[in-house]
Amino acid sequence: MTTHTAGASTRHPGLNLGEPHEEAHSANEELVFGFWVFMMSDFIIFGLLFATYVTMLGGTAGGPGPSDLLEMKGAFIETMLLLASSFTFGMASLSLKYHQGTAKLIGWLVVTLLLGLGFIAHELKDFHTMFSEGGYPSRSGYLSAFFSLVPLHGLHVAGACLWMLAIFGQMAVHGIDTQVKTGLTRLAILWHFLDIVWIVIFSLVYLGGLT
Amino acid sequence: MTNESSFLLGRLGWDALPFWDMIQNPTRESIINGIIASGAAGMVVLGALAAMALITWYGKWKVLWCDWLTSVDHKKIGIMFIVIALLMLLRAVIEAAFMRAQQAFGLGGGFLSPEHYGQLFTTHGTIMIFFMAMPFLTGLINFVMPLQIGARDLAFPVLNSVSFGLTAAGAALMMISLVLAPFSTGGWTGYPPFTELQANPGPGVDYWIWGVTLSTLSSTFSGINFAVTIYKKRAPGMTLMRMPLFCWTALCTSILMIFGMPPLTVATGLLALDRYLDFHMFTADLGGNMMNYINLFWAFGHPEVYILILPAFGVFSEVFSTFSGKRLYGYTALVIATMAIAVLSFTVWLHHFFTMGQSAHINAVFGIATMLIGIPTGVKIFDWMLTMYRGRVRLTVPMVYAVGFLILFSIGGLSGIILATPSIDYQIHNSLFLVAHFHNMLIPGLLFGMLAGYTYWFSKAFGFQLDARWGYRAAWSWIVGFMLAFFPLYALGLLGMPRRTVAFFDPVYLPWTIAAGLGALIILYAIVCLMAQLWVSIKRRAALATPGGDPWDGRSLEWDTPSPVPEYNFPVLPQVNSHDAFYRQKCDGAPHESPARYEPIIMPRNTAMGVIIGVSGTAVGFGLTWHMWWLALAFTGVALIAMIARGFVRNTTWTLDAEAIERQQRAWAHQLEQFEPITRQWEQSEANRGVPVPPKEGAIQ
Repeated sequence: MTTHTAGASTRHPGLNLGEPHEEAHSANEELVFGFWVFMMSDFIIFGLLFATYVTMLGGTAGGPGPSDLLEMKGAFIETMLLLASSFTFGMASLSLKYHQGTAKLIGWLVVTLLLGLGFIAHELKDFHTMFSEGGYPSRSGYLSAFFSLVPLHGLHVAGACLWMLAIFGQMAVHGIDTQVKTGLTRLAILWHFLDIVWIVIFSLVYLGGLT
Repeated sequence: MTNESSFLLGRLGWDALPFWDMIQNPTRESIINGIIASGAAGMVVLGALAAMALITWYGKWKVLWCDWLTSVDHKKIGIMFIVIALLMLLRAVIEAAFMRAQQAFGLGGGFLSPEHYGQLFTTHGTIMIFFMAMPFLTGLINFVMPLQIGARDLAFPVLNSVSFGLTAAGAALMMISLVLAPFSTGGWTGYPPFTELQANPGPGVDYWIWGVTLSTLSSTFSGINFAVTIYKKRAPGMTLMRMPLFCWTALCTSILMIFGMPPLTVATGLLALDRYLDFHMFTADLGGNMMNYINLFWAFGHPEVYILILPAFGVFSEVFSTFSGKRLYGYTALVIATMAIAVLSFTVWLHHFFTMGQSAHINAVFGIATMLIGIPTGVKIFDWMLTMYRGRVRLTVPMVYAVGFLILFSIGGLSGIILATPSIDYQIHNSLFLVAHFHNMLIPGLLFGMLAGYTYWFSKAFGFQLDARWGYRAAWSWIVGFMLAFFPLYALGLLGMPRRTVAFFDPVYLPWTIAAGLGALIILYAIVCLMAQLWVSIKRRAALATPGGDPWDGRSLEWDTPSPVPEYNFPVLPQVNSHDAFYRQKCDGAPHESPARYEPIIMPRNTAMGVIIGVSGTAVGFGLTWHMWWLALAFTGVALIAMIARGFVRNTTWTLDAEAIERQQRAWAHQLEQFEPITRQWEQSEANRGVPVPPKEGAIQ
């Protein structure tokens, strides 16, 4: 096992727990790097689905297209929910870094979780509306592409929420120990990553589809 | 497949049994095919029962569970990967023999039904790529790479066990599909719209989708694990440019896995959405676009070719260097060439579908990019030849594979340059010329490399050498068998014989298909030799033992350990000062230096995670294939709960105390003094106890 801890200059982005967390830092070194690599791999999946989506734009087969089904209001609310959740997760990370107390940390995380769940609920409502307007995946190639891309992001958000609940459980059992800290560091990376993916979805699918 | 679907068994009915059709409609054709299919299914069932009976008879269930299945030791997981690879190799070679036999008798019909033949070439390709080649190279990297960079284990040992579980699950689905048939007839590439619901409503394509998806996930995780290990866990002083070339090829392969596997996950995932939820991604109607599948598939498929071939290049580099007793010629050029191949591999995928209607300009660009790959590969060929030049070359078994590779692979590469010219490709695509080409790349390029590596590192894993006599027989049979089986296919392709055809009606093909059939028999003999080699070596393991750990006068750090390697690998992490670190120690007269003080070592604890994920993966894949929704749902739940529960475990390591390590190391040092050091001429004899005569003035003895 490596005994040296990484100097501040060689640390990875995302390793921002700060000086008094040395043990968590050395444990984080490989974990966080590995998680970044995993994110890269996941990003390829989204990238390919984006490319596929663009090639399928014309495949509406006489059914509803983007301008018939998508609406800006819902997408805007979802964007705001997700951006706000990224901000609140950032606050949670800061309260962990500066030892601002368990209550504050959990408070910010709970707010983040609620925003994430709100996003999922709102997205499901949007899908429901689309279905009722004849926008379901078996209707056309275009809608298949839409429903293979956007819900996959939603599924990731749901997974991230589940992970957060699991970390709450770990906190209840073990307190805020090294594993909880490293878990939160990685969950934060996933959470912000999903924000970035959503921004691309918003620009490409919603803005692109409605202009 | 029954039409009515029951809750418990989904669409699984009596007709899934391989002999059902022959009982219901006994014709000559259905009886012959039924007997072959039932024989195969019987072998799977009997093999599984016999294995279980033997384990029970010898009382080894506890050993299997504690020392192997739940182990997170990279060496044991590597060995288990290779066991899967060898078993699947056996099955896929037998399938190949049936296909060659069918074509040898294929003038006007042959004996196999088109459906059965379709399943044979689909399973043969799927298994050889995903369940022979991938586990073999993953296993070798797993076993060797951490030892070569002076690490205790991979960065994520538990994830490694999960990777193994996923590959085992995919392989299990492949084996189950022999008993509860049918498998897909869509080829290893599974092109829609043939694999869509309209043309193929049965469970075959679903078996293929889930088997391949499990393997893909496994490889993605392995890639991440290997890359992080190489970047983060090298021993002090082991800079990237001091790594043995095998580690460089492992790194490039891992990077290709990380970026190259996701396109396949997307392709099979979308195909599954089409088949299960009535999507229209790749269907022929309602705006679907099958070209997207083909693009996605080959965006994986071409990097995959280099995922397969680079680790073999790494093995050959080690073999040429060790058995020429010379430092690898042009190390830096080889590193650059490896990286260049890895990058270029993402720029050529379109050459797999030159004929599908894009403009000539696009074809030209991809044709040229394809030919460019010949340059770094050529650099490698020359570097290997120059490594042998004026070296003390010993034609050991791994060296026979390596030299065979050098010549045959060059021929295959030349046929690749021919295929890379779009105008020629229009004439010979989808013909047996193509089949000859890629077998010409993958058998010498991949399989010879894997078998050379298996022979080269076997003693490191088990403490005794493989018998050389049977090894030579296997190697030469592979070389001769390969040439006889596949060179005729070039001619057949040029004569216009299409691939994947069950029968032909032009008698001019016949002499060539008979020759290829004889080649397949020689390859079968090579497999028999490999089995005999293993059997004989196990019988003679005491005579063939090499506990000294260095039977080949090796150059890299894995030879600095006893054979078999203790679970902690190195008592203290080695300090590296140069390339060929261990050989340098021997030149300086101080190999295996013992440290001033031994420290306790923190080891990862065993875990059942790999087994749980593997069993869940099999059950989910099986449930989805046969529409047993309850099974798929239940085991998705099991996997999720296991992952969440794993997050609560804190007691994940144990400490190996310093005295135990010191005792072991002293015992080994004492043993080393007892053995007579040997010169290279006794290398493959029983005199070899793994202690070489030290080098004089840098030259091997």
